[in-house]
Amino acid sequence: MGKVLLGRYVPGDSIVHRMDPRAKLILSFFFIVIIFLANNWQSYALLFALTIGSILAAKVNFAFFIKGVRPLIWLILFTVLLQIFFSSGGTVFWRWGPFNLSYYGLINGAYVFCRFVLIIFMSTLLTLTTAPLEIADALEKLMMPLKKIKVPVYEISLMLSIALRFVPTLMDETAKIMNAQRSRGVNFGEGSIMQQIKAVVPLLVPLFVSSFNRAEDLATAMEARGYRGGEGRTKYRVHYWQTGDTVGCAVFVAVLIILLFLRHW
Amino acid sequence: MDIVEIKNLTFKYPQQEVQNFNNFNLKIKKGEWLAIIGHNGSGKSTLVRLIDGLLAPESGEITVSGIKLTPESVWDVRSKIGMVFQNPDNQFVGANVEDDVAFGLENAAIPRKEMLIRVRQALERVKMWEFADHEPVRLSGGQKQRVALAGIIALKPEIIILDEATSMLDPEGRQAVLEIIRELNQVEHLTVISITHDIDEASNAQRVVVLDDGKIVQDDIPAKIFSHGASLVKIGLEPPFSEKLKEELVKQGIEVPDEYLTKEGMVDWLWQLFSKQ
Repeated sequence: MGKVLLGRYVPGDSIVHRMDPRAKLILSFFFIVIIFLANNWQSYALLFALTIGSILAAKVNFAFFIKGVRPLIWLILFTVLLQIFFSSGGTVFWRWGPFNLSYYGLINGAYVFCRFVLIIFMSTLLTLTTAPLEIADALEKLMMPLKKIKVPVYEISLMLSIALRFVPTLMDETAKIMNAQRSRGVNFGEGSIMQQIKAVVPLLVPLFVSSFNRAEDLATAMEARGYRGGEGRTKYRVHYWQTGDTVGCAVFVAVLIILLFLRHW
Repeated sequence: MDIVEIKNLTFKYPQQEVQNFNNFNLKIKKGEWLAIIGHNGSGKSTLVRLIDGLLAPESGEITVSGIKLTPESVWDVRSKIGMVFQNPDNQFVGANVEDDVAFGLENAAIPRKEMLIRVRQALERVKMWEFADHEPVRLSGGQKQRVALAGIIALKPEIIILDEATSMLDPEGRQAVLEIIRELNQVEHLTVISITHDIDEASNAQRVVVLDDGKIVQDDIPAKIFSHGASLVKIGLEPPFSEKLKEELVKQGIEVPDEYLTKEGMVDWLWQLFSKQ
């Protein structure tokens, strides 16, 4: 149960692990955007080279990335099949009603597949090398400009970090309640769908009640420790932008420039 | 010198009819270890929450370390007091040990350089520095309470309030926490106010106050209080679990045997009762 964690962070000490989480977050978004600029084999090859290079630099077992693709495989296949059968152009190999299998359709399907894999690999790399809390920190820093339009940035990031902190606690509690209810004869994961839904009720009710109690206790404890809103607090955890981060950004920008060049090959 | 002075305190919870405190008076000396005991609902937790300004009195005056408690001064008063609550998990705010200790310092806007020093010192003090990067799930209850104490030590308060802080701990964890409190009280002369059901913890105190229904019924040194023997249960030191269960069953209208049952005896009796139905 405890293994189903958000982010599946794998601690390590590679260049990628040590990067500023802000840099990693920005670069991940940047990468997802530039994927859509790729339009031929050369450009996809370039992006694959970049992704594989990043993965190698992170020194994370490749099996994690395959695992990242697996839960989405049906979605990917569905989208790829749509592309293959509904786009037309080039030599038509086969036709039946609205479906047709064409040269362009096959090419497009392959491209879409590549896009999915690239996006999943890169975002898996982000969550594997960055602790959830670091991502929360990075979001806080990157959302800072929103303070001008009165978005409560500090509060949002505190909520996020408290939520992350309580995920394992609540999972433990869920396991305990499940055991307690099993000992009273509730069957989880058995019977018809209706029965299974009904079995969840005696799990959710105590979980909700205790979460509210926890929230109340936590609020009191925070107040007793002098918490009065996000304004005017100092920060214990800080991240420094290092040479590695600048180099990382430079590499991605260089890739973008080559990509723009390859588009018009 | 009195560090806490409560004069003519009156308080009731908004949704309740009865007064929790009516014309209540109490003085606590600087450097003293005061244990507050009393059965559930006697007003112990309410009292310490009033002292920390977490609840507002209807009337009366509370002075902490020379500062009169008002809505304006409440944050100054809280900076003098460190509170440890009952449930170790529900007061752990940070994502890991050092973050949690830093939480109070961040609130007090302590510069980061000093924060690093204070967090380390406080954690070394409670022997938790080697766990600095551990998440709360990887800690025992006693370790979490020690982290909570470190969070307080780092803020350098004058008073420590323990609101049944050891009641959810195993005996070892409880000893470790009490050891630290004893040191803080004796070496640093911090004032300690501890709410407890545990005889061991209360016997550490220099003074014991027994509360009943918002009134002080006894106020003496521990030895005198504990010489009352059998009536301990009446004044709120923990009766055995099986006795408490029996009491609750009676409230549900279930007939229970009169004689004292051990935990095992209680289990036997319970399943026999259950299979008869």
